[in-house]
Amino acid sequence: MCGIVGLYLKNPKLKPKLGKMFKPMIIEMTNRGPDSAGVAIYRNPVKKTQTKFSLAHDDANYDWKKIDVGLEKALKCDCTVKKIGNHCILVTTGKEPAVIAWLKAHHPQVRVVGSGHTIEIFKEVGLPANVYDKFDLDEAAGTHIIGHTRMATESAVTTAGSHPFATGADLCLVHNGSLSNHNRLRESLRKEGMDFQTENDTEVAAAYMTSKLRGGATLKEALEDGLRDLDGFYTFLVGTADGFAVVRDPIACKHAVMAETDDWVAMATEYRAIAHLPGADNAKIWEPEPTIVYTWGGHA
Amino acid sequence: MNELDLHEVGVRGINSQLLSLPKNTNEKHWVIHNPKGQHSIAVGLDAPLQIDIRGHVGFYCGGMNSHAELTIHGHAGVGTAENMMSGVVWVKGNSSESAGATGNGGLLVIEGDASSRCGISMKGIDIVVGGSVGHMSAFMAQRGNLIVCGDAGDALGDSIYEARLYVKGKVASLGADCIEKEMQAEHLADLERLLKAANRKEKPSDFRRYGSARKLYNFSVDHADAY
Repeated sequence: MCGIVGLYLKNPKLKPKLGKMFKPMIIEMTNRGPDSAGVAIYRNPVKKTQTKFSLAHDDANYDWKKIDVGLEKALKCDCTVKKIGNHCILVTTGKEPAVIAWLKAHHPQVRVVGSGHTIEIFKEVGLPANVYDKFDLDEAAGTHIIGHTRMATESAVTTAGSHPFATGADLCLVHNGSLSNHNRLRESLRKEGMDFQTENDTEVAAAYMTSKLRGGATLKEALEDGLRDLDGFYTFLVGTADGFAVVRDPIACKHAVMAETDDWVAMATEYRAIAHLPGADNAKIWEPEPTIVYTWGGHA
Repeated sequence: MNELDLHEVGVRGINSQLLSLPKNTNEKHWVIHNPKGQHSIAVGLDAPLQIDIRGHVGFYCGGMNSHAELTIHGHAGVGTAENMMSGVVWVKGNSSESAGATGNGGLLVIEGDASSRCGISMKGIDIVVGGSVGHMSAFMAQRGNLIVCGDAGDALGDSIYEARLYVKGKVASLGADCIEKEMQAEHLADLERLLKAANRKEKPSDFRRYGSARKLYNFSVDHADAY
């Protein structure tokens, strides 16, 4: 099972309502995935000299100030932290690899769940409605958002095993389906130096994309290569800095539907998630065809 | 005419109302508003009702239908009219995967496109698609007719038994044990009857017929690759 949903606003006037418009979409997918939920929202871009990190810790009362002060001192950079639920948005002038290395060395319990200039990732076990409330997403403004409701199959119900998974700067992946060759692929990606936090299959797909993109592939090329190398059933939704991309495996038995109006583009596992959007009744609605990479907003 | 608003009564409210009607009811015509893509609307009906659904429906709409005539004024989700026994399910828009799956009888009309696995394991249903069908359509189809006025995707009729497939446009590829067959008078008559029932203007003679080569019925080591 699992449900995936995405909303991209074409009409900039709707930006303040992004969180409100998206809420019924992800909640409608609750019975496809009641174990955990997560979203990647694209908002508040930081300066070119800065990087924005989404960090998570199992302890909801974790003192993020320690990160702020410690990083500034160690890397001689500027930092701000904002606690949201058991996550924290860290904005820093520190260089990304140095920040990640410092966190790993000094605060190994802190997980980096996303990074880039605009992306913020929030994910947690529990019902989508509770997760949505926990991270104050109702009032969130932004340009686009993707989300996932998980019914765990191949690995444990944990926050780390929740989607979305980061795949590089401002990129993340949500997945409906299951991969059958993820163990072997994980081993070969480990040899390339990729790091894994879980036994989850989607994390392997995310690492695969990251590795391809680092190697110079475009997102479209990475997804097309994935059709050859990732064995299993999947519909992928990839969030990018300025839009999203959708691709389905050749058999395409994991549902997917898309809809577009003058104001928005939406993608969901089932149409009922889209039905709540204003103008959905008269939207252009279609089913993404297998193996075709569909993209919105960005240059994939 | 009776009206039901799904937003007010929910899927259970709609279905329990329709299922409570006796077979000889005089309240035959029902209109359902605000389907909002919800699943299992008007399933398991067993009375000669006429039902109009105003909007897009979710999965399994009209499943297990007997006698009733449903019209979906919108698109339909996965498994439309699955396991239909008799009656008519008519989709004005497109239909998602596995339309008419395992259907035993009745007529399913899809004015737009159907997706993959249309008519999978069909057992006697007649399906007329105005547009195209996706890959693996009529997979293991046993009986009935699938008529496609547009194109068919890959592996049409894979492992087919005795269903008859008619396609006007291109077939991307045929599945294992599915071959093109000669169009005879009885097939043209079937096509004419079903195209008429579906309000289609296409000419029967423009279609090509596909069916089972009957090579996979019994195990033969010569065909091991095809199993």
